[in-house]
Amino acid sequence: MTTADLLGKIIQVVAALAAFSLVIGLVLFLIDKAPKRGRDYWQLAFFLLPALILLAVGLIYPAFRTSLLAFSNSSGEWVGAENFIWMFTQPAALVTLGNTVIWVVVVPILSTTIGLAYAMFIDKSRGEKYFKALVFMPMAISFVGAGIIWRFVYDYKSGDNAQIGLLNQILVWFGGEPVQWLQTSPINTFLLIVVMIWIQTGFAMVICSAAIKGVPTEQIEAAQLDGTNPWQRFTNVTLPGIRGSLVVVITTISIATLKVFDIVRTMTAGNFNTSVIANEMYTQAFRAGEQGRGAALAIVLFLLVLPIVIYNVRVLRQQREIR
Amino acid sequence: MSVKQHRRLIVPVAAAAVMGLALTGCTGDIAAQTAEDTDCAAYADYGTFEGNPEVSIGGTIQDVEADRLVESWADFQACTGITVNYTGTKEFEAQIAVLAEGGSAPDIGIIPQPGLFNKLADAGFLKPAPEAVEANVDKWWSADWKGYGTATDGTFYAAPLMASVKGYVWYSPAMFEDKGYEIPTSLDEMMDLTAQIAADGTVPWCAGVGSGDATGWPGTDWVEDYVLRQAGAETYDKWVKHEIPFNDPAIVTAFNSVGDILKNPEYVNGGLGDVSSIISTEFGDAGLPVLDDSCAMHHQASFYEGFWKNADGSEVSVAPDGDVYAFLLPPAEAGGEQAVTGGGELVSAFNEGDEITAVLSYLSSDTWANNRVELGGVISANTGLDASLASSDILKQSVEILQDENTVFRFDGSDLMPGAVGTDSFWKGIVNWLSGDDTQKVVDAIESSWPKS
Repeated sequence: MTTADLLGKIIQVVAALAAFSLVIGLVLFLIDKAPKRGRDYWQLAFFLLPALILLAVGLIYPAFRTSLLAFSNSSGEWVGAENFIWMFTQPAALVTLGNTVIWVVVVPILSTTIGLAYAMFIDKSRGEKYFKALVFMPMAISFVGAGIIWRFVYDYKSGDNAQIGLLNQILVWFGGEPVQWLQTSPINTFLLIVVMIWIQTGFAMVICSAAIKGVPTEQIEAAQLDGTNPWQRFTNVTLPGIRGSLVVVITTISIATLKVFDIVRTMTAGNFNTSVIANEMYTQAFRAGEQGRGAALAIVLFLLVLPIVIYNVRVLRQQREIR
Repeated sequence: MSVKQHRRLIVPVAAAAVMGLALTGCTGDIAAQTAEDTDCAAYADYGTFEGNPEVSIGGTIQDVEADRLVESWADFQACTGITVNYTGTKEFEAQIAVLAEGGSAPDIGIIPQPGLFNKLADAGFLKPAPEAVEANVDKWWSADWKGYGTATDGTFYAAPLMASVKGYVWYSPAMFEDKGYEIPTSLDEMMDLTAQIAADGTVPWCAGVGSGDATGWPGTDWVEDYVLRQAGAETYDKWVKHEIPFNDPAIVTAFNSVGDILKNPEYVNGGLGDVSSIISTEFGDAGLPVLDDSCAMHHQASFYEGFWKNADGSEVSVAPDGDVYAFLLPPAEAGGEQAVTGGGELVSAFNEGDEITAVLSYLSSDTWANNRVELGGVISANTGLDASLASSDILKQSVEILQDENTVFRFDGSDLMPGAVGTDSFWKGIVNWLSGDDTQKVVDAIESSWPKS
């Protein structure tokens, strides 16, 4: 890079900033000059316009185009539902769909359960802050980073070589033979799921912990006076009290799980029957050059996420009405 | 303006000035090479251009290789007055079609595989090669190579650039000499040698197909080498064009012959484990057991030369009398036709112009091939190339193989197949096959993944 290049870049940045403030200034000026009648509507329209344009360009148009692509082959010719037929007949593609179902059932349930139990146990204990931080820490690690860490845990070296994978080393200590964890189906899918649970439990724990603290002490004390045992208090007072938060946690984790890509790609790249929809979507669209198949997978993914989002919104709305 | 306001301004301005000065320090102002200190005799044919026109080139070549590429046209730039801007990115293959569609493709693309080239040509993004380029290719390259730059409609679009030879078998010359092993001259002899090495107590082969999300590709090289040698070039061509199905008996035979080695627990995986360790071993580490004699032979392309390293980090000498060397996977019959698989780049233009024509003709000339090969690390199939310029013994040998009129050269088959097979189901098939699936199941699955159209 020469000095001239650098100056050019600085000038570009300054020019872009200037253009941005000019546009904003112009919008504000025009709104100010809007006719008195219906000024509210004019203002509304002007302020919404940029967001609407960005939405149209960045969300609506791509969604529309992806839907079209899903019905065409790699050279852009219309092939009808062939991509969807491929998805539901090819053994490899079926494995992908099946794995996604396993993921989306196991991850939200386990991470929420573990997170909730942990939150209950450490609630009001000494050192609660530190216990929380311990479990919350994996949230700060990127999925790719977590994938690499756990790939080392599952690493395999043949019998006589020194093991560098923790899991196999433990096996060897107990006199076992090392196992090719990531290549052994179907256990490998569950080993990948462990990584996702490891990350998401912290999130579930933090939200649940906050919700538990929000349950009025009067109710718990009242239940206590009625002679309930802790388990009854938990199921009849605490759980109903935190239902809203639980739904948010479960739906958020479900959506994150449906979209899981990084963990699978870094750890097995979808080999050995571990692929999931998001990984297959990328592989088909960008590595295999079959955009149609990729788009079809994207649409199925979208359709799977949709009901969860709708449910989430409905529950939130019901709660608002109660309040 | 009050003093206070002055102060308010002075601090940011001073900070900006300091930043600017500091950043200027980061830039290296390199004086441009001028025509005066270059011998321009070789470049006279390309003409000189007024006004310093710029030509942009895009490709996948990066890092040291990219630096050498840029260096290879330094004299050309100085003599012709054309500025060549090269941008290398790993995403080139994924992005180029998108860029071309949007009209913002570079002037020239260095396309790393014929499958992508055919796709771009069929979509109408490429400009037919100028006459001068076609003349160069007719003069310096074999018909096989010209064929790879010709699209399905018969128009010639792209000249080859560099080349690599696959199908080498790396071995330790010292071990072969000690034990009295001979370099095999046919595939049967190689199997006999394999059995003999196993009987002598060494695991004959080591292999690894691990490569991140591309895991499986080194296995496809094995199969391609066997198809080309056992079934011949004609069947190979039909196979990659899908004129015979992927589960054709000829392909099954090739898979099974490779399986006789890779799926035989007695023959693999020297120093690395059992058959299943082939999948988990990174291809870059797979040959290293050859160095400590815990494995006798390793199949990998010529580029593997750069991967050899001793455990203590010391240099490995790659030479006929060094620590390791390689022989080409032999033909099916002793003395039979020498067939090799390999790879290479194709250079084609997305835009037209006199300066682009000049750059294209230079890149397809023997002058460029010699300039680039002299810088080291790569070779070209250009017959005008002086083999002695190649930077190592193995590269010299590769140049000689490529330039030999009797050599049948075929591009790496997985590069020629549609992406859904060549960069997806074939790789996955190899992984499943090595995990224990039988050959018929694997080839049937790959066949059914071949896109219809």
